[in-house]
Amino acid sequence: MAYDKFTILKSSAVPLPIENVDTDQIIPARFLKATKREGFGDNLFRDWRYNGDDTPKQDFVLNNPIYSGKILVGGHNFGSGSSREHAAWAIYDYGFRCVVSSFFADIFKGNSLNIGILPVQVSPEFLNKIFEAIEADPNTELEVNLPEQSITILATGEKESFDINGYKKHNLTNGFDDIDYLQAMKGEIKEFEAERIF
Amino acid sequence: MSNQASTLFDKVWDAHVVRKIEDGPDVFFIDRHFIHEVTSPVAFLGLENRGIGVMYPERTFATADHNTPTINQHLPVADPLSANQLKALESNAAKYGISHWGLGHARNGIVHVVGPENGITLPGMTIVCGDSHTSTHGAFGAIAFGIGTSEVEMVLSSQCIMQPKPKKMRVNVNGQLGKGVTPKDVTLYIISKLTTAGATGYFVEYAGDVFENMSMEGRMTVCNMSIEMGARGGMIAPDETTFAYINGREQAPKGEKWDKALAYWKTLKTDEGAAFDKEYNFDAADIEPMITYGTNPGMGQGITRAIPTSDKVEGGKATYDKSLNYMGFHENENMLGKKIDYVFIGSCTNGRIEDFRAFASIVKGRKKADNVTAWIVPGSHIVEAQIKEEGILDILTEAGFELRQPGCSACLAMNDDKIPAGKYAVSTSNRNFEGRQGPGARTLLASPLVAAAAAVTGVVTDPRTLL
Repeated sequence: MAYDKFTILKSSAVPLPIENVDTDQIIPARFLKATKREGFGDNLFRDWRYNGDDTPKQDFVLNNPIYSGKILVGGHNFGSGSSREHAAWAIYDYGFRCVVSSFFADIFKGNSLNIGILPVQVSPEFLNKIFEAIEADPNTELEVNLPEQSITILATGEKESFDINGYKKHNLTNGFDDIDYLQAMKGEIKEFEAERIF
Repeated sequence: MSNQASTLFDKVWDAHVVRKIEDGPDVFFIDRHFIHEVTSPVAFLGLENRGIGVMYPERTFATADHNTPTINQHLPVADPLSANQLKALESNAAKYGISHWGLGHARNGIVHVVGPENGITLPGMTIVCGDSHTSTHGAFGAIAFGIGTSEVEMVLSSQCIMQPKPKKMRVNVNGQLGKGVTPKDVTLYIISKLTTAGATGYFVEYAGDVFENMSMEGRMTVCNMSIEMGARGGMIAPDETTFAYINGREQAPKGEKWDKALAYWKTLKTDEGAAFDKEYNFDAADIEPMITYGTNPGMGQGITRAIPTSDKVEGGKATYDKSLNYMGFHENENMLGKKIDYVFIGSCTNGRIEDFRAFASIVKGRKKADNVTAWIVPGSHIVEAQIKEEGILDILTEAGFELRQPGCSACLAMNDDKIPAGKYAVSTSNRNFEGRQGPGARTLLASPLVAAAAAVTGVVTDPRTLL
């Protein structure tokens, strides 16, 4: 599935300073029954966002109009648990293009990169600075620069670099995906398969 | 390479790299691909949109499990969305020539129970599925891990995924396990020590005499939970126990092929002196029957202990308080004696025959507590048949329990098996996340013995007092 190219993203951010946000919270299992990739954003953080009677929970950040933007900032170990790519789809469908945390779970990180969300891992200190900056001014903007591999808090100019492998960076900046790459090397895969004992 | 000591993980990984991408992932070949109804439909849709097909349909196996009812499986599935997903799996499998063990098939069951019990899972293989508990198959000395739907599409269309090689960790547990201490307690203990993110970025090898002396069912329970400490997967070197389990299973190699396979499998172990990026050592004697008190699987401890104070746990106080608040628990409270509303035994973690034998060993001659609703869900039809053949069903019935039909059930509560809001469930499954077993449900993860002790007493009870 094609996704938007990612180069430089300048946006305000939504803070979620909770640790170990698992993918069951990002999208509960009962909302995984679709056979198409549509509408998952409506159920993003469903049980933190809505009461049992579907009324919004006023104290949850997505229901607070002062916070908005294309960047979600989460606590340590974001995206743990289930491999459901629906979690990344829900984040993308809601409108986020980047998730910032001090630590990501492996499968979530891979799923995000595969659908065009950039996971940006920063130091715990820098994460705190971001949370503090948003607390001081909810409209504060972050600049995520993929070509340069840096993230900047624009109000203060504080900046940190982040890691991403060259292959994935190339894919994201051009909107390419792995399937295109794999389709182009099927001959090599065929030769490899012929040698397998199982 | 040949004169350098290498690990079991290296041996299997390196044998599956089709191409190394500079400053990028490996193009990694997949021997076996399991699919189920929830994480595959969008992948098939992707193939259609691109106009590409399935490269090796004989390497993919489909079973329906996440969304299936555990009663009245002979009737049409009532929920139209679930029915639609099951139908999509069936028609996608038929269209591309993939073998499909759907609802009602004699070999249907939870994908991670079905693979091993039919000899589809073998040592030295690479195995993936759009399900994080694919790590289960590592019990056979396979590299097995969960993937997302984009990767399901990659495997279908090219039999490969793009995967950076994880770092290596070894967890050694040596010594003698005490009475009432099961493989589930071993894994909950390890996770409690490493925390829920302690193995993120690593692939784990479990070693030491505790695992060497463990049955295949027990090894599967341990490897299954590897993801709960963040590891992509966990594996155990194959040995005589492994070979004896596989020999004669439906799809296992036979005759000359078996001999050839066996010779290869015997080479699958970590060489003396091979290096790991991280290593942990634990003493079996330190492990008690375990139970969790919080909202991630790392928040567990010996059943006789009191809930720790926030200064004794890793992470921030706000997150810890949120977790205890959700559970309705307080610091310093004892877990023993806490009232239980539901008991769930089943799932890819503890839904195999040995788990039901353990459950029955405590239930035998006792009665289900009146305040407890118990859901007893075999991992597959084959397990269900064994429960009946071995007389376990008679023990359960005598004690006032009912047996349900196979599926993932209350482990993730996608079907109707949901624990009501605010209720407490002792569950043999793998996750105690908020709402995992139903919105507002409160989960205490434990072994089948602890589940049985709760089921007959109605409260959290040390199973050692009933053995």
